[in-house]
Amino acid sequence: MSILDNRFVSFFKGFVVTGKQPLKPKVTTQYPEEKRPKPERFHGRHVLNRYEDGLEKCIGCELCAGVCPAHCIYVRGADNPPDSPVSPGERYGFVYEINFLRCIHCDLCVEASPTEAITESKLFEFSFTNRQDAIYTKAELLVDDEGKPRQLPWEDWRPGDDRNTSAWARATSPAGRADLEGTPLWSAELGYGLRPAQAGQSDEQAADVPADFDISVREVEAGEVAGVGVRATRPVRRPS
Amino acid sequence: MTSALAALYPGDPLFAKGADLWVWVILLVKLVVVFAILMVSVLFVIMYERKVVARLGNRWGPNRAGPNGWLQSLADGLKLFFKEALVPAQADKVVYRLAPVVAMVPVFVTFAIVPVGGTLTIGGYTTRLQLADPPWGILVMLMASSISVYGVLLAGWASGSKYPLIGSVRASAQMVSYEAALGLSVATVVLLTGSLHTSAIVAAQHGGFLYHWNILRGFGAPFAIFSIAITAEMTRPPFDLVEAEEELAGGFNMEYSSVAFALFYLAEYAALVTNSAIIATLFLGGPDGPRIAGHSVGPVWFTLKVLILLYVFVWARATLPRLRYDQLMDLGWKRLIPGALALLLVVAGARVSWRYGLAALAGSMIALLLLARAIEVGRAGSGKEQGGMPSELESP
Repeated sequence: MSILDNRFVSFFKGFVVTGKQPLKPKVTTQYPEEKRPKPERFHGRHVLNRYEDGLEKCIGCELCAGVCPAHCIYVRGADNPPDSPVSPGERYGFVYEINFLRCIHCDLCVEASPTEAITESKLFEFSFTNRQDAIYTKAELLVDDEGKPRQLPWEDWRPGDDRNTSAWARATSPAGRADLEGTPLWSAELGYGLRPAQAGQSDEQAADVPADFDISVREVEAGEVAGVGVRATRPVRRPS
Repeated sequence: MTSALAALYPGDPLFAKGADLWVWVILLVKLVVVFAILMVSVLFVIMYERKVVARLGNRWGPNRAGPNGWLQSLADGLKLFFKEALVPAQADKVVYRLAPVVAMVPVFVTFAIVPVGGTLTIGGYTTRLQLADPPWGILVMLMASSISVYGVLLAGWASGSKYPLIGSVRASAQMVSYEAALGLSVATVVLLTGSLHTSAIVAAQHGGFLYHWNILRGFGAPFAIFSIAITAEMTRPPFDLVEAEEELAGGFNMEYSSVAFALFYLAEYAALVTNSAIIATLFLGGPDGPRIAGHSVGPVWFTLKVLILLYVFVWARATLPRLRYDQLMDLGWKRLIPGALALLLVVAGARVSWRYGLAALAGSMIALLLLARAIEVGRAGSGKEQGGMPSELESP
């Protein structure tokens, strides 16, 4: 039994432990300026996508509204005008509204959408000041003519964030079939083309490598994106 | 008037030539300066504590309001002042409003007796850097710490609500318990110095950095007892049972809001500053320290000592878990008070002659051993095996 095991001495050992802490690196993330990289399949605010030719992917089928457990989606479909169609199909989403005071970001709408019309970005900060602003309409949700998500006044899009608007859709196996894992069976997007598949879930080795499409995280780690205050660390996934 | 002042403060150089207009002006200026220093230091100390405790926990602490967040407490204070001042329907209105003031005033009074530096001569008038230097000096501090109990007790009682009442009863029981140990350790220092004058206590420690300080006298025991007792007296962690959130939902100041709530916080942190200053005065030689470039820089040394003491208080807060109520009472009544009493006896004996000192030492040892045995028997009789210091928790 050394002297350090003495009751009186051990009482002061705690002071040594806390006394050393100021010399160690801080764990605080300076949040508004500095943001931690988000998980690859993070569910954030929704985006309504368009095909490469500019047509909207939404066909107004209302499957997303039907599956929504929070009843936060309101869709009205309408027949496409024959001379200037909005979507390639017969109908299109005439009204598309999401109430973000109700949305629980479960992503069931993303899975329900037969045309990958609605996906979720990684943007999670909603700071509207009245209830009306909480209801996003097509004007806010639909990507613009270059395929970029619209930036609302209170939203904080960082460089690279717009390339992560449909991670969850491409993380799952198309049609729920395991043998289709990693096969891109989704349609191309305006401004981005056909996005590659995320590394397969069953691939233990690949699971530790960032997926190809998760560009912003990788560029930030490499210090390639200037002006992004993201700390150059990301959570390490340990193989089970 | 002149003779009354001179009689009230014998030996104060300010009143040596009688009290004319300028003496009163100097007194007034000192009063305002001391008040301002304490008020500003509260704003500083709240931020200091939050920053230090954050660094001890690998965080940055508040860093948004003002440069590096140093205006955060000012912002919090302003916010509190614009809040609605609620008075509960069940409250005793007069006492409810009076309690925060009763809590605050003694703290400011205590700081008046702290010598911040040596003397200063302006235009023929020599004054101590100390608001008041009465011959009963350090007793003011004991008096004030007794009165501040009333602030807490009355606040809890006047709120007309049960949690604040329980909190204030806890607080007053704790403060009264530790008052005894506090007074006994102060008495030890007074015996060692031979004076109640705070300026004399400081002067007795002068000459020799650390070597002459009271912290080394009595094997550091008075310092240890005083520091523990004053921490409990301030209800600082680890003795902050008064505001044990999980048990009392906030404690004695739960029903308070707005300015009254701010006053309690002001009192708490002003007490932290004042008591650090008192410890520096009693045990660390006050403004004693080497001259820098031939100049006497007492206030600088004094501030440095207070800052170090404040750091230690925050360090203890970040390290030690809160005591259980029976542990608190055990520490106060069964360890600190007998210990301080024995120490006082030994010091008193040693002041007479070394023979008396040895006799007192032997007597105290026997008394302490008997007490320890009595506590043991009492515990075995009541079948209560737990309790005591936190370190006893690990014993099988």
